[in-house]
Amino acid sequence: MSLRIRCPHCGPRSVEEWVHGEIPVVPDAIADPDARDVDRGYMHTNEHGVVREAWFHLSGCRRWVTLWRDSRTDEWVEPPG
Amino acid sequence: MNEHPEAEITLRWNEPEVSYDVVIVGGGGHGLSIAYHLATRHDITNVLVLESGYIGGGNTGRNTTVIRANYGIPEAVRFYQHSLERYRALEDETGRAMMHDRKGLLWMAHSEAGVRQERARSAVNQAFGAETVYLEPDEIAEVCPEVDLTCGGGFPTVLGASFHQGATARHDRVVWALAEGAMRRGVHVAPGTAVIGLVHDAGRVVGVETAGGRIAAGTVVSAVGGNATVLADMAGVRLPIRTHPLQAFVTNRHQRRFDPIVASGDLGFYVSQTARGQMLLGAEIDRQPSYSRRSTHDLLASLSHRAITVLPFMRELRVLRQWTGSCDMSPDYSPVMGDTGVDGFLVTTGWGTWGFKAIPAGGEVMAERIATGVVPELMAPFALDRFGRDRTLADRGSSGTH
Repeated sequence: MSLRIRCPHCGPRSVEEWVHGEIPVVPDAIADPDARDVDRGYMHTNEHGVVREAWFHLSGCRRWVTLWRDSRTDEWVEPPG
Repeated sequence: MNEHPEAEITLRWNEPEVSYDVVIVGGGGHGLSIAYHLATRHDITNVLVLESGYIGGGNTGRNTTVIRANYGIPEAVRFYQHSLERYRALEDETGRAMMHDRKGLLWMAHSEAGVRQERARSAVNQAFGAETVYLEPDEIAEVCPEVDLTCGGGFPTVLGASFHQGATARHDRVVWALAEGAMRRGVHVAPGTAVIGLVHDAGRVVGVETAGGRIAAGTVVSAVGGNATVLADMAGVRLPIRTHPLQAFVTNRHQRRFDPIVASGDLGFYVSQTARGQMLLGAEIDRQPSYSRRSTHDLLASLSHRAITVLPFMRELRVLRQWTGSCDMSPDYSPVMGDTGVDGFLVTTGWGTWGFKAIPAGGEVMAERIATGVVPELMAPFALDRFGRDRTLADRGSSGTH
């Protein structure tokens, strides 16, 4: 099976049509503004579990979609809460 | 060739004791290479290697075992060339066959952009000791007559870069030889033992937690593949790593010997023949960060298409097995080695899709850092703090997987 992404405008489409976009989260514990910039630019939480992310439907409607995925299984999940 | 090397290699596992000078988390090529070099080069043997599964069962056993040094930046060429030379010596040094096979690597370009990249890369390779020569299309036909130089008419081959020293080795044997060499000198290796936490004392990492209890450590080294950020998070260290799946597959046996490793940057594909005669194919990483090791039909279909475009004879072959590994990708496509800002906690990570070839040198430099406290010259450019210092080592075009 291949990863398919449910586009609200185009229906389920192969991941090949999409561009992945990370939504960076800089931990509050990092206080120094320069350190926050470095973290935002380069570091990743690399969630081992449910992650909120943006996908751009490049070869389709060319719109951004925000989705929740379990990074351990690549299953799409409902937004928590 | 002896097809049953496990009969001659002696591996005896250990129950972990309560305290070690060095605890290495991750019993793959890198973790065991660090242990091996600590024991053989620095006489440090009060060392434990912890592995959650079986040794070499992670990404060391899931890659395509290509050994080459034709990278795009001086720091990387130097490092990988050293590693390649160390690989060549490792069979004699350990007394264990690793099926090291020097095949040569043919890297083809089908576009002006591809040619530009290969020319730039070859110049850097030559300058830093990784001998690379250009081949015109007629010369490619001599080296590898199976290649369709027009690539189905769609991708006429403009230039080839030939890296004569390109090789492959058998991943299991590399892992077993390093493990055996380390254990013979007193290093403990404990498979089936996962680290579930780190022990802190006054801002320092002083040990690891396992299901079997706490193990104290002078130094904890993360040589984890796939879960590098999970372990680093326990230490309070942020890493520039996203974990992406990388898929590969082998076909059934091709009756003729197929010599070079053939790669195409423009088509995003590479192939080599295993010792069993199977054709082994790899391509780009999956685009989403994920810990899933699921294989996809998309990749299988697309990679097969690319393969028969370059090598039409592969049309007749059948796919035997397909599998997936977890690659720790850094933003600059270079590894991350050394200090983390947290005392007692070192990392070797960011091995993305280029980790197998780095096993000898990666272990050697990390062992030296642990033993002497000094960062070796080969390792220094790859420090974690390079991102904050604006000294990234961009080498995307050399990975062969993008």
